[in-house]
Amino acid sequence: MGISVAGANKRFGDFQALDDVSIEVPDGSLTALLGPSGSGKSTLLRAIAGLETLDTGRVLIDGEDVSKKPTQKREVGFVFQHYAAFKHMTVYENVGFGLKIRKWRKAAIRARVDELLELVQLPGLADRYPSQLSGGQRQRMALARALAVQPQVLLLDEPFGALDAKVRKDLRAWLRNLHEEMNVTTIFVTHDQEEAMDVAGQLVVMNQGRVEQSGTAADLYDKPANEFVMSFVGEVNRLGDDFVRPHDIEIVRDRDDSTAEALVRRIVALGFEIRVELVLDDGTEVWAQLTRGELQRLELREGEIAYLRSAHAKSFNGSPPSHTPGASTPQGPTDGGDAEVSAAA
Amino acid sequence: MTGSTSGRWGLRVLGLGYIALLLVAPLVLLFYKTFEEGLAPPFEAITSADGLHALKLTLLTVAIAVPLNTVFGVLCSLLLVRHKWRGNWLVDAALNLPFAISPVVIGLSLFLLYGKQGWFEPGLAEAGIKVLFSTPGIVLACIFVSVPFVVRETVPVLQEIGTEQEQAAETLGAGPWQTFWRVTLPAIRWGVAYGVVLCTARVLGEFGAVSVVSGNISGETQTLPLFVEKNYENFNLPGAFGAAVLLALLALAVLMAMNLLKRKEAA
Amino acid sequence: MEAHAAHSPAAPRSRSLRLPGVGVGLGRGVVVLWLSVIVLLPLAALLDKSLSEGLGHFWDQVSSPQAKRALELVLVSSLIVVAINAVFGTIVAWLLVRDNFPGKSIVNAIIDLPFALPTIVASLILIQLWGKHSPLGIDIALTRAAIVVALCFVTLPFVVRAVQPLLIELDRDMEEAAASLGAGGLTTFRRIIFPNLLPGLAAGVALAFARALGEYGSVLLFAGGKPDTQVASIFIGQQIETGNEVGAAAVSIVLLAMALACLFVITLIQRWGSRHERGSSK
Repeated sequence: MGISVAGANKRFGDFQALDDVSIEVPDGSLTALLGPSGSGKSTLLRAIAGLETLDTGRVLIDGEDVSKKPTQKREVGFVFQHYAAFKHMTVYENVGFGLKIRKWRKAAIRARVDELLELVQLPGLADRYPSQLSGGQRQRMALARALAVQPQVLLLDEPFGALDAKVRKDLRAWLRNLHEEMNVTTIFVTHDQEEAMDVAGQLVVMNQGRVEQSGTAADLYDKPANEFVMSFVGEVNRLGDDFVRPHDIEIVRDRDDSTAEALVRRIVALGFEIRVELVLDDGTEVWAQLTRGELQRLELREGEIAYLRSAHAKSFNGSPPSHTPGASTPQGPTDGGDAEVSAAA
Repeated sequence: MTGSTSGRWGLRVLGLGYIALLLVAPLVLLFYKTFEEGLAPPFEAITSADGLHALKLTLLTVAIAVPLNTVFGVLCSLLLVRHKWRGNWLVDAALNLPFAISPVVIGLSLFLLYGKQGWFEPGLAEAGIKVLFSTPGIVLACIFVSVPFVVRETVPVLQEIGTEQEQAAETLGAGPWQTFWRVTLPAIRWGVAYGVVLCTARVLGEFGAVSVVSGNISGETQTLPLFVEKNYENFNLPGAFGAAVLLALLALAVLMAMNLLKRKEAA
Repeated sequence: MEAHAAHSPAAPRSRSLRLPGVGVGLGRGVVVLWLSVIVLLPLAALLDKSLSEGLGHFWDQVSSPQAKRALELVLVSSLIVVAINAVFGTIVAWLLVRDNFPGKSIVNAIIDLPFALPTIVASLILIQLWGKHSPLGIDIALTRAAIVVALCFVTLPFVVRAVQPLLIELDRDMEEAAASLGAGGLTTFRRIIFPNLLPGLAAGVALAFARALGEYGSVLLFAGGKPDTQVASIFIGQQIETGNEVGAAAVSIVLLAMALACLFVITLIQRWGSRHERGSSK
């Protein structure tokens, strides 16, 4: 069940939450809507579910225009950030709720609920109340509840946002595995780019109600459409009009025509990775990412002068990357404006 | 207060002494005085024709006024909390009025509205409906004074549970009525119950307004509180005390219910 | 993929939050109708009657010596009462939140007695304790003191229940910080605790005042209705009995206006009180 959104617009008072948004989500894919707060990603997700109405635009599920359909009829599974558990019902009653509404027989409900609790690894907790579960367990219950009615589409709104870092990482992997098993078209919203890149096959980056770029994690990282995308999905140094990734900054000991002079301000060891903070002649602050091996080879010390060279610099203002200190391979799209949809097969 | 023991005891004497003197002592004295001569006199007074009638009328009023205000209360809370409207502040203000108005004034306003020169008079007379000096008037007065309770107790609970559970129910296929019945109502039930208890207590005990609209006719339009007053003024102390004790017992039952519900809500 | 966005108007989907579109309109209609018939119309009739013989007559009725005396009496008595209950109510709330003694939960429940007990029964039991044949050996029935006692009785819960939640929520950290900076018990109370209780206390006091102004049943038997112990509500009752409906209505409107002013003050206080709260609660 592929999903399409065409020309979506939504205002809340003075605030434009969605600004002419169009996306394509292929059948069976796992897509992430990624962006900072206020970017419109949750609004878009909820519009697909029918929990928000669009001012203009259409939502199509499997080719059918569902814009006029109420939430109840869209057959979308929805998982909320704060679980939205039915506090006065047991886990069993929560998971079986959708089936009860559809008037399934008791035996059939029992079988299906047991199956799902196995799937989400919560067997034996059927008679507990949500308040007796941990956050991670509650979220898995919410997922089981959404999956019980065999939805065409699964939508998750910052599903791991309320959980601890460790639980988040575990559930991420678990979600990916679940998706591989079930193959339901899934869209999830997150502001954590690492999470999006780890879990999703396709990412849609949003900002201020617009889609900035859509593609695989590699596409977005290596070929960002504009400054926003580049700095959102990874670390970035700004050198004049150009943008360079820290691991693309090469530090050498000898100067030549392609290098720029810099003062080593600080060297920080962050586990395997070393972060070197430098200052250029004109005061621009830059940081480079080295491995321990590289640092040892260079024998770099704080307070010393070193020379920089950069690779894969990107420029987004229409002209090719200028001869900024160290620029070697001019590259990158020239225009950073509203990127249109790119279909990821 | 990180207090000295004498400070602490000082406060205790003041506070608890105040409560004992103001609230508890009179109540205890009531029970004592009522049963001074034994159980028989108050019991007989209560089970007299007038007494039984007063009891029945009071209970009937509760049975009509409370359910009506409960349905209204839940409906009104839903509208106030879930659906923004320009007129909401007006509804809010109207709901606060019963707290600001003296019961006598409430009685008077009903008296004027439904009385001989009242706005509804010709129509009601034709339909043969008697509002004043009759049960409908009493019920209307009791509804007036107790209208806000269910709403006030339900609104905060509704606000607290938020809309997410209801949205979840929608995504699972539940229609509006199903969502209300299976998800919303169970979630707010203790708030509603507490409001119902407060509403009941208010209706049971209403005196001033009922006194004005009913004419206080013994055996006909006399509720239990009015029975207490009339008997006291006629120096029929067993009657007055008997009814008072009955009402006090009901009040204590209400207190227990309130206490129980407060704990359930907190859980 | 579509070549361009189709700009179809969004579906007029009903706001599925609990009531379909038609339902909301109907619901509002019911609510407004109910409130109008039950509350607003009677009050309109009251206002109408009070002015039915002209503004001059309205003023005459309201400024008659007896009416003025009744209004002054209830105003002064209410002020005294809320002052007393402000102090004692706070003490009681303090004991219930910060102290521990046997029977505390019973005391907590008893506070609501005036809410639950019919006012006429309150009148009766107060006479037993404070009137003739009183075991205390005093007789203040049918005096102005009786008015104060009765109003204290019925308004105590308002103050206690308004202060209690604030005390419960009070951040102990603040008191501990004050202690670490050298503040003693009384200073801490005066500078840290009391200012945080003020909004609740003020609201409780205003509610108590509004209630005291209109109190009827508990004063009726206990304080009686003789001219010098006649509060406004009893005066109104008497005017009704003697058939002076216009006069009764006029004084009622004045009493109502005073109480409404109190309620308004409460809203202001609540808004002022929450100025330190965080914005979002989600």
